[in-house]
Amino acid sequence: MGTLNGYLLVSGLLFTIGLTGVIVRRNIIIIFMCLELMLSAANLTLVAFSRFGLVNGLPNHHGQLLVFFTITVAAAEVAVGLAIIVALYRAKQTVHVEDLKSLGG
Amino acid sequence: MLLFGVGVVVNRNPVASALCLVVSFVGLASLFISLDAHFLGIIQILVYTGAVMVLFLFIIMLLDLKEEARRALNAWAVAGGAVVALCLVGTLLHVLGTFPKGEATLPPLVVPDGQAYEDTKALGTLLFTEYVFHVQVIGLLLLGATVGVVALSKKEASK
Repeated sequence: MGTLNGYLLVSGLLFTIGLTGVIVRRNIIIIFMCLELMLSAANLTLVAFSRFGLVNGLPNHHGQLLVFFTITVAAAEVAVGLAIIVALYRAKQTVHVEDLKSLGG
Repeated sequence: MLLFGVGVVVNRNPVASALCLVVSFVGLASLFISLDAHFLGIIQILVYTGAVMVLFLFIIMLLDLKEEARRALNAWAVAGGAVVALCLVGTLLHVLGTFPKGEATLPPLVVPDGQAYEDTKALGTLLFTEYVFHVQVIGLLLLGATVGVVALSKKEASK
């Protein structure tokens, strides 16, 4: 670690884990957690590039502010998503995506 | 950290998954701090491992999810997941192998004479000068999310 490639590798692997989880798992809450994992992986890439692309000897703060906004939006998204899951559970009594076929036609 | 990330996907018990995610996020915060982004590291711990994960655990407890019955995993989904993961890792290794700038080690920060590097101050200054409009938009977004959540979780009494 310590090189830019090391950070990018960790970030990419984290994203891959998240994407695999979204595809493989059938529990909607776990799918949601894997989405969070992918968002955080993207954040790590942003912070790494902001640290390695120095502007006047300081990290690029615009990149870090983008991460700040991303975290804010992700928090709002989690709140809304979990409310939708609770509403869904009330209506269908399940959190398995395979049991939710009413939109499938 | 990556191990616990795998734990999120592999664990059949949602609570264990969520706790693995907490450890993974703490590891991520430590990586942020190792990149001299102290403010973002603290925010990551406060927002993600504090607020978001409490919300997740709360919902898991509220819905009272038991350990999943070992229902047969969809073979197509597992195969698709494996293929996508392998493709992504292959692409990643190829791209990183042909990215000479990636060999750079952490460049030292240049701080004017003897002051400590204060990223919170710099970020705050930027946030409330150049990005003040964005802050207001984010505030509206959070307000909208709050109203939406309340509307969603209200029992449908009118019907």
